[in-house]
Amino acid sequence: MLTKRIIPCLDIKDGRTVKGVNFVQLRDAGDPVELAKIYSDEGADELVFLDITATVDKRKTLAELVTKVAKAINIPFTVGGGISTVEDVKVLLNAGADKISINSAAVKNPDVINEMALEFGSQCIVVAIDTRNVDGIDFVHTHGGRKPTLLKTQAWAQEVCERGAGEILLTSMDHDGTKAGFANEITAEISFMLSIPVIASGGAGNMEHFKDVFTFGKADAALAASIFHFKEIPIPELKQYLSGEDISIRK
Amino acid sequence: MQVAVIKYNAGNVQSVLYALERLGVHAVLTDDLEQIAKADKVIFPGQGEASTAMRYLKEKQLDKLIPNLKQDFFGVCLGQQLLCEHSEENDTPCLGVFPVKVKKFVPANSADFKVPHVGWNNLFDLKTPLLAGLSDESFVYYVHSYYCELSEFTIASTNYVLDFAGLMQKDNFYAMQAHPEKSGLVGERILKNFLSL
Repeated sequence: MLTKRIIPCLDIKDGRTVKGVNFVQLRDAGDPVELAKIYSDEGADELVFLDITATVDKRKTLAELVTKVAKAINIPFTVGGGISTVEDVKVLLNAGADKISINSAAVKNPDVINEMALEFGSQCIVVAIDTRNVDGIDFVHTHGGRKPTLLKTQAWAQEVCERGAGEILLTSMDHDGTKAGFANEITAEISFMLSIPVIASGGAGNMEHFKDVFTFGKADAALAASIFHFKEIPIPELKQYLSGEDISIRK
Repeated sequence: MQVAVIKYNAGNVQSVLYALERLGVHAVLTDDLEQIAKADKVIFPGQGEASTAMRYLKEKQLDKLIPNLKQDFFGVCLGQQLLCEHSEENDTPCLGVFPVKVKKFVPANSADFKVPHVGWNNLFDLKTPLLAGLSDESFVYYVHSYYCELSEFTIASTNYVLDFAGLMQKDNFYAMQAHPEKSGLVGERILKNFLSL
């Protein structure tokens, strides 16, 4: 039986792991390679690395980090942050990343999704969508959730799926950093609407929140950062809890 | 022991090499016919689209070499599908080592089953030394939209939409749909078993 995935997200700045609370305040949580290995050994199903300082001159540093991670761990991982061209993707996949994720660049130039999917296959193209509810309507936001767009989240999700995205990483900016639970409603809406997997992100605070996002939220995977980095929820305990709640989980 | 990994424009080739390195094996990455023919073990990873991959194999004349190899051969992911007779992916005739057809997942209800099949799923009905030491609770990592049908050559099954061939074997040819290089300790065990066949 296909299992629900638990995905720790490692925010990377200058080669170190950080986690922003609401993406503004940053705390240092260690060496990414070491942390990746720990998560992989603890039973994380996949990892996401988000380079929050990704600039052109940092690209090489990121590729070097990706190679170190690929050599160290035996589970799949996705790399995102500042990726905008087919060439960016090629460098990271060749360095050993299994998937890449794009966000702002896809909003700016949606054709790039088609180009990347055609060149490398949909399976390695994750489109990250940051959503915020404004007066009852869900709008896509870019630049770490700071910049609103006129795109409605549901319509954009449908479009990226049609353009060849292999998965959607949906982050609710309203829930991110709150620890009050995932945005189950919009996650379910999008998961139900699309034929590709949806990774829910933003708002995890306790183990029940994961159960809720897999049941009510219809998520295929759930992503979180600080609660894992600061050992508030150990992954083995979380998986044991979810198994006990009849959620299909890899043991 | 000389292990050859067939050089091929697929994203996961590097990951397969890293996985072998973690097992202490330094494999040769090559598309040279002679070098592949004289290796003790051959691994054929794959990812991507079937017709493009077959075109590449023909260009390199690997389509003639591979089916006649006598050493242990391991096709992974698309590598498993290409060892079959035919794939529904762009109606592609494949290498024909396994008299098996490759079909696309067509779920009756797309809300229940998404395509591609992405994530960790378990193997069951395990057979042969390739799967020694593993149980029906062994999870491996899948990313695919096409699957190999069950046949007498199936040595482990997985269920998604329907039961399909997770791993297959015919004589010296072994094949696996999931990614052993990304399947944690289970994947490591399968690679180790293959290397010690």
